[in-house]
Amino acid sequence: MAKDLAVEAHGIDKTFPRGDVKALVGFEIEVPRGTVMGLLGPNGSGKTTAVRILSTVLRADAGSALVAGFDVAKQSKMVRRRIGLAGQFAAVDENLTGTENLYMVGRLTHLERKAAKLRANDLLEQFGLSDAADRVAKTYSGGMRRRLDLAAALVHRPEVLFLDEPTTGLDPQSRNDLWAVIESLVEEGTTVLLTTQYLEEADRLAQGIVVIDHGQVIAKGTPAELKANLGETVISLTLSKHDDAVQAMGLLASIGTKAPVLEGLAVEITVSDGPHAATEALRALDQAALKLAGLELREPSLDDVFLDLTGHRTEAEAKTESEGTSKRAGRGR
Amino acid sequence: MTTTATTKNTDRVSLRWTITDALTITWRNLMSILRIPEALFFSAFQPIMFILLFRYVFGGAINAGPGISYVNYLIPGIFVQTVCFGAAGTAIGLSEDLQKGLIERFRALPMARSAVLAGRTTADLMRNVVTVCIMTVVAFAVGFRITTSVPGFISGVAVMLFFAFALSWFMAIVGLSAPNPEVAQLMTFPLLFPFTFASSAFVPIQSMPSWLQGFATYQPVSVTVNAVRQLMVENFHSPTPVWQALLWSMAMIIVLAPLAVRRYRSVA
Repeated sequence: MAKDLAVEAHGIDKTFPRGDVKALVGFEIEVPRGTVMGLLGPNGSGKTTAVRILSTVLRADAGSALVAGFDVAKQSKMVRRRIGLAGQFAAVDENLTGTENLYMVGRLTHLERKAAKLRANDLLEQFGLSDAADRVAKTYSGGMRRRLDLAAALVHRPEVLFLDEPTTGLDPQSRNDLWAVIESLVEEGTTVLLTTQYLEEADRLAQGIVVIDHGQVIAKGTPAELKANLGETVISLTLSKHDDAVQAMGLLASIGTKAPVLEGLAVEITVSDGPHAATEALRALDQAALKLAGLELREPSLDDVFLDLTGHRTEAEAKTESEGTSKRAGRGR
Repeated sequence: MTTTATTKNTDRVSLRWTITDALTITWRNLMSILRIPEALFFSAFQPIMFILLFRYVFGGAINAGPGISYVNYLIPGIFVQTVCFGAAGTAIGLSEDLQKGLIERFRALPMARSAVLAGRTTADLMRNVVTVCIMTVVAFAVGFRITTSVPGFISGVAVMLFFAFALSWFMAIVGLSAPNPEVAQLMTFPLLFPFTFASSAFVPIQSMPSWLQGFATYQPVSVTVNAVRQLMVENFHSPTPVWQALLWSMAMIIVLAPLAVRRYRSVA
């Protein structure tokens, strides 16, 4: 094989009998070892189904998938020994303490008693839960539960970690903490497949991105590639006088992919190659001896990519917008 | 490089870990029960009310047969009814685990497939043991006496706990099929009510209409009640022998346990 892949899936189909919903259609993904892959898509796009199939929780109707080198359908136990799964809902036993939760998972991953206890204590310390170690999980905050859940997924030091919307519902501080943990895991060589609705999260963590909608892969690549393909860097050039701006409109018309737009004294041009086009624009304005008051280069965000690909915004965006609150506040709950 | 043969071997869970996994889950479930002692206390409350109701309200109108006081007739029946309702806890507990995503976590772990169910049914069995102990005290307080022998009484307790354990496997299937714990609980009623009340638990079957007597005599709850009563109470002439109760329980486990495990494996 040419590439060293930790996760490799081809032609995965999954239909749920109830309502005859096609959750996945010919889904495929390749995750190189030691990298973070972001699986992006709106609610109901099939992200969770994909993760559940790859983590052996669910069986695919068709297609094949290898995780850590083993077939998820035929060698599920081998796969399970090498993966960790932290699902969308923090799956911790509320009636057990933090220590007991991790001890239980340790025993179920076949560590001896003593080893399971030591591992539990180590993880609690690593995740800043030592003070709450002997409290039942029922009393934990949302962020603490998530950390305990992630710790539980790491008990047996998995090669491949599946994280299904790991930071949904967390406050910004907890999100940042969790991101730092994920980054340190990857540094140690863990492969991570994470689903998210937050493009910011994928942008920060992932080296590769797969976008799915209605169970189908609609785009893949690095975050930079996806943004570049979209080709929507906006250059905003602010001039000092209205007459100058009008003159600039004419000069810059040939540079952009669309007609320039005048916003007050600012001329906005949409281009595919930001830096190159900016140089060209500046040269044109300089030759005409027009004085520039301001210059701004706006790269497309993954949100723009997503909107362009699916024709709709991510659920989180749409929701918070309709609530009229800021993004952060909306997600914090 | 591993060969195909070793790959095949290591894809199985050894017997040692199969048992350990089940015990780990049993431990986890028992911890949950111990952390909410109120639940245990109040789960004994309803059967105690049943004892008082039948002993002091309905009992006077029921003729248990020659040589048997009604309280002695009643207690084995109520014991069996109570452990059957206790078995319904299996359905509710599993449904809760499913709803909270714990089953999903367990299914992604390299543990034995049978462990979640075996651990749940075993923990529920232990809970039933505690309930029976509380009930025994109440039974003696309201005038129940062992008229056979103490070993007979203990054998009777064993027979009904075995039946409750077998019933738990059926309840496991119910729990894994229900959309949520509330519905799981409701789903157990249509099963529990006809089998525990159209039985020899509270009244002699001869007092029922003839069309009901056939079912009421040979259905498993009656067969178990008869066996328990024979072991605990003198002068009771059972229409069914003790071994039939054991056979019912064994047959139920043999058929239902694999079905429950299959359900567990396929549940989404």
